[in-house]
Amino acid sequence: MADKQPSRRNAPALALHVPEPPFRPGDTPDFSSIKVPPAGSAPRPDTAVAARETHPLATDLVRVLDEDAKAVGPWDPKLDADTLRKILKDMVTVRVFDDRMYRAQRQGKTSFYMKCTGEEAIATSAAAALDFEDIHFPTYRQQGILVSRGYPLVKMMCQIYSNPGDHMKGRQLPIMYSDKKHGFFTISGNLGTQYPQAVGWAMASAIKGDSRIAMGWVGDGATAEGDFHSAMTFAAVYNAPVILATVNNQWAISSFSGIAGGERATFAQRGIGYGIATLRVDGNDALAVYAAVRWAAERARSNKGPTMIEFFTYRAEGHSTSDDPTGYRAAGEAQSWPLGDPIERLKAHLIGIGEWDEERHSEITKNADAEVRAAQKEAEKLGILPEQGKSDIGSVFEDVYADMPWHIAEQRDQALEEQR
Amino acid sequence: MPVMNMIQAINDAHKVMMRRDPDIVVYGEDVGFFGGVFRATEGLQKEFGKQRCFDAPISEGGIVGTAVGMAAYGLKPVIEIQFADYIYPGYDQIVSEVAKMRYRTAGEWSMPMVIRSPYGGGIFGGQTHSQSPESLFTHIAGLKVVVPSTPYDAKGLLIAAIEDPDPVIFFEPKRIYNGPFDGHHDRPVTPWARHKASEVPEGHYTVPLGKAEIVREGEEVTILAYGTMVHVALAAVEDNKIDAEVIDLRTLVPLDIETIEKSVQKTGRCLIAQEAPRTSGFASELATLVQERCFYNLEAPVGRVTGWDTPYPHAYEWTYFPGPKRMKTALQKVMAD
Repeated sequence: MADKQPSRRNAPALALHVPEPPFRPGDTPDFSSIKVPPAGSAPRPDTAVAARETHPLATDLVRVLDEDAKAVGPWDPKLDADTLRKILKDMVTVRVFDDRMYRAQRQGKTSFYMKCTGEEAIATSAAAALDFEDIHFPTYRQQGILVSRGYPLVKMMCQIYSNPGDHMKGRQLPIMYSDKKHGFFTISGNLGTQYPQAVGWAMASAIKGDSRIAMGWVGDGATAEGDFHSAMTFAAVYNAPVILATVNNQWAISSFSGIAGGERATFAQRGIGYGIATLRVDGNDALAVYAAVRWAAERARSNKGPTMIEFFTYRAEGHSTSDDPTGYRAAGEAQSWPLGDPIERLKAHLIGIGEWDEERHSEITKNADAEVRAAQKEAEKLGILPEQGKSDIGSVFEDVYADMPWHIAEQRDQALEEQR
Repeated sequence: MPVMNMIQAINDAHKVMMRRDPDIVVYGEDVGFFGGVFRATEGLQKEFGKQRCFDAPISEGGIVGTAVGMAAYGLKPVIEIQFADYIYPGYDQIVSEVAKMRYRTAGEWSMPMVIRSPYGGGIFGGQTHSQSPESLFTHIAGLKVVVPSTPYDAKGLLIAAIEDPDPVIFFEPKRIYNGPFDGHHDRPVTPWARHKASEVPEGHYTVPLGKAEIVREGEEVTILAYGTMVHVALAAVEDNKIDAEVIDLRTLVPLDIETIEKSVQKTGRCLIAQEAPRTSGFASELATLVQERCFYNLEAPVGRVTGWDTPYPHAYEWTYFPGPKRMKTALQKVMAD
């Protein structure tokens, strides 16, 4: 029944385009076709400009650190050395933490883990650029926000192990953190849902005449969700004090960014259609990330409305512990990535300005490792995942509602009976 | 006491609560300046300003999604989905986010909000303005589902819903906004003014969630109904001269199981009426509960009066609607054994 209509036999045949990434396993990656403008070349408009004046930046790339790791151009946030060192330390901690927890999953201590290798600058620098009172609506790859905001590593691990130290009572998949005090909204496994939620929080802040702003996060893959569109629409319509970040790490599990619509336009360009200010930023450049978020925050705080930021980066490892990237993409892509490694770049910058050296760097790495190991030891005292799910069966039935209705109480009693 | 139709009662509930609680915000498609296509939010923007009552883009996912963010901030959104048939683009936000928030964070975040939506047929709305999707929400743990059937209940239940700490889906039977409809579509419309429950107290009062009401006491059979079907059931009982006990459930989740049990144990027979399609409808859940709890009291199989398992057909609306004939046949059957 799905055959071509016979009466149209002489009309040219249509063909469906299914985007294909440039490289697959066995290919040698070559990213020379990616246009990387020189650091410092992108103009920095005033934060109060009309949104349309930012639109050329949707195809440009805001970069601060040049090939020699010098901070150049109008976007240089001119941060003091302590702030730079703090961001560097946070990035190192995140990478060490990721490695330990990845290993813990492989050792059977938990069910699942997700690293953010290669993307550490984005969450840690963005968190540093906002006020502590501002809120993030993150995805699962912004663990750097928690680290930057000083959330205890032990608590993160307890969540990963679903042990009694997890304040969410072991109900959420590992890494789906939540912490109200640290302005970190509960992570959802349904992708993109947090984007309009961030806008709603920002609208509420504006309704109340508050001064706090919200930052919503999404990956390149989930920009294809309807929630992305509704978030952009509401943000634009109500001029919401929100920063909408899209972390374009090129891959959504095994689908390259072209499957999300990234072949024809940059993700930042989507903001243009909504009349939102847009920035496209080198996500592996901690200073560019900081400067862009700071710019958007200033704009939001002065009632100039939302900004959409695309962080251009590369997911250096698999999507999660549940996939093997050698099955769908070429080996060596991360090493060939033209924007380099964010930790190495910031480290080289600090060394270049005489505020850092190899010795101190290996010392913070060692310290981070010791800190993470100590936290792991402490977390594991409270238990690892395989030991969980036995001690408090009744808790399964709590918190569905504020007060437990009769039908859930009956089911709780039945579950408890099953255990006898 | 003021006499109100259901729209006026719902409107009044908004006003009473918005005057009491500055954190309540009301928005949805056409709800601001115009006051809603059914006028439920008329005058709110004028009295409370555009910051607290405003028009939303045609984006139910965005309406619910932003309400999640507002509730997370500490506001209390009372949002309108213009027709229940339009709620599906917001379904992911409702099911995955609103309903599960308290649970997934063990109470760190909760979602006190009310999602109001006109539902049901009988107004020639065709397939996309007539549906009764309540069972898609009663199936979701974490949501409360409320359906009023009179102006008095509509105001009291809506105030209770707004004050509730959990998210409430508030389905308003639009066929009875202006008057109780008994299923006889060929007869003139009765205005609410002739119904006792159109007397609506001024100011604040609540009808508690989770409590059914026995709207007619009887001995021979228990009829469980909600929304428009309460009035259809009452008329059928009079038409067929059966001494039925008619229970208006008012809240589907959490359900007032005690009132149901007590009644069926007394009458020994049970008929359930819903406008929604039959398969996997809320009536199926009710029938199961009744047979689980009252099996040895039952004189006859539990009966169901429902819409058909088809979309709601525009021109054949009265073929679809579970009206007096379907009620009569079902009553005869449940009384026969």
